[in-house]
Amino acid sequence: MTQTAGATTAHKIAFQAEKLSVSYGSVMAVKDVFLEIPQNQIVAFIGPSGCGKSTVLRCFNRMNDLIPSAKVEGRITFNGQDIYDKHVDAVELRRRVGMVFQRPNPFPKSIYQNIAFGAKINGYQGDMDELVERSLRDAALWDEVKDKLKASGLSLSGGQQQRLCIARAIAIEPEVILMDEPCSALDPISTLRVEELMQELKQKYTIVIVTHNMQQASRTSDYTAFYNAKATDQGGKMGYLVEYDRTEVIFQQPAQQSTQEYVSGRFG
Amino acid sequence: MNINDTSPSDRPINIELFKPNLAKRYNLDRIFAFLAWGATTIAVAILAWLLFTILVDGIGTLNWNFIDSFASRKAERAGIKAALAGTLWVMGVVAVFSFPIGVGAGIFLEEFSEDNWFTRLVEINISNLAGVPSIIYGLLGLAAFVRLFGFGRSVLAGGLTLVLLILPVIIVSTREALRTVPDGIRAAGFALGATRWQVIWHHILPAAMPGILTGMILSLSRAIGETAPLLAIGAASFIAFKPNSVLSDFTVLPIQIYDWVGRPKKEFHDLAASGIIVLMSVLLLMNAGAIYLRNRFQQNR
Repeated sequence: MTQTAGATTAHKIAFQAEKLSVSYGSVMAVKDVFLEIPQNQIVAFIGPSGCGKSTVLRCFNRMNDLIPSAKVEGRITFNGQDIYDKHVDAVELRRRVGMVFQRPNPFPKSIYQNIAFGAKINGYQGDMDELVERSLRDAALWDEVKDKLKASGLSLSGGQQQRLCIARAIAIEPEVILMDEPCSALDPISTLRVEELMQELKQKYTIVIVTHNMQQASRTSDYTAFYNAKATDQGGKMGYLVEYDRTEVIFQQPAQQSTQEYVSGRFG
Repeated sequence: MNINDTSPSDRPINIELFKPNLAKRYNLDRIFAFLAWGATTIAVAILAWLLFTILVDGIGTLNWNFIDSFASRKAERAGIKAALAGTLWVMGVVAVFSFPIGVGAGIFLEEFSEDNWFTRLVEINISNLAGVPSIIYGLLGLAAFVRLFGFGRSVLAGGLTLVLLILPVIIVSTREALRTVPDGIRAAGFALGATRWQVIWHHILPAAMPGILTGMILSLSRAIGETAPLLAIGAASFIAFKPNSVLSDFTVLPIQIYDWVGRPKKEFHDLAASGIIVLMSVLLLMNAGAIYLRNRFQQNR
């Protein structure tokens, strides 16, 4: 049921999770995930609430480190390197693995400073103006904000804020962008823009996206992982990976009954 | 009843069971609004009356001579030069020490410390210290700063005593301000490869600064009016010179006012009223400065 699935691909592997389990305190959030994320592809994580898909996502840039009670077991490699090895620095890892969050969270500073901050703290030596422009262009936001770079990032609309957050993430030249339900707070038009943007970004970056929107997963992703949750003896819920394959396989002829039911909208 | 049975119940709809009684609810509204209005009026009226009587008593003797003269046994020659200068010196010491220590402790407790028995103990102690009577701090200041450290009855000893007094309030209000910064900002900073300190310095502190400064204003306002702890460390009430270093003897406005009020002659009571006007003016100036700073930080968002 939870074998390493589907990733027979010409693409090189960015992330590989082996028997990955995460617990918060004594509560197991997600158990025994085996998964390969190919480079320059879009991988969608879908599943009902509480199935651990965001938790798995947050392992890839070690954001779970910031939660004192979180405990990660198993192995995740990034380009072959175990990222939970004690020689790997989480701060350095997060420069290479960027993240976009569920709610747009620009810093309460100018648009320019929002982009420049990551570059500055990571010792960027090049032309900052040029970097800001390029990042905003790549995030399809430049034309809308080029005349008001000094305006607060919070003055933008929700969809623009989220693209600003994407611009901020790509400004530090990551290899991977993790997206945790990036469109759940956006209207359909803004959602469409972000989805189009993802298609362009995948030329340069590997993208892993958590989404509750199955149309979004089927529209945008190359691979889809379906997670589900089952009740535990303690009365809580524990997530696990049900099935992982090419997106068209997951949506058209999934191997598991529960995947079939979920993607056809019969539960979740 | 079957728990999985989600069909509608067969209970008949009975609108007569609802008695909205709008008239009574609106009356309650009005009564409550009146009570709230009354409470506000009483508070403002008392304050206005207080200010009015002080102004009436004090405005007659409030002139440049009063500001620019030292203490004297003759009421017509007495002034607050030494007390005003002493207050400014002491508040300078208080601000310089309490801001970095208080805000630093708040940052540590809120952002760095782990939740264990030690930090919980520290937290409980800080909350309790905020409620300790100020005279106790005076006695601590007398034992520690005046005697043990050998600062004497100086500006430094007085200022540090007041720092102890207001530190708990600054720490608590700093933590409250830090807590209001959305976690999304922290997450965004960390996700860009920032270290903890970079996240705090570039994002958390600027976002929390208006709240932190509000706590500072309130704390300094409390410190500027304190008399008891400074009397306890033995600050003199009759000083005929301005402090010229942090180790000078000093007096402050509240002590000078307290001294004048305690004298039998009416002329000195009027001087006390004039002193109160000066004290409140200094307080208002200080608050205005802090509010200006706070607004500048708020503009940056």
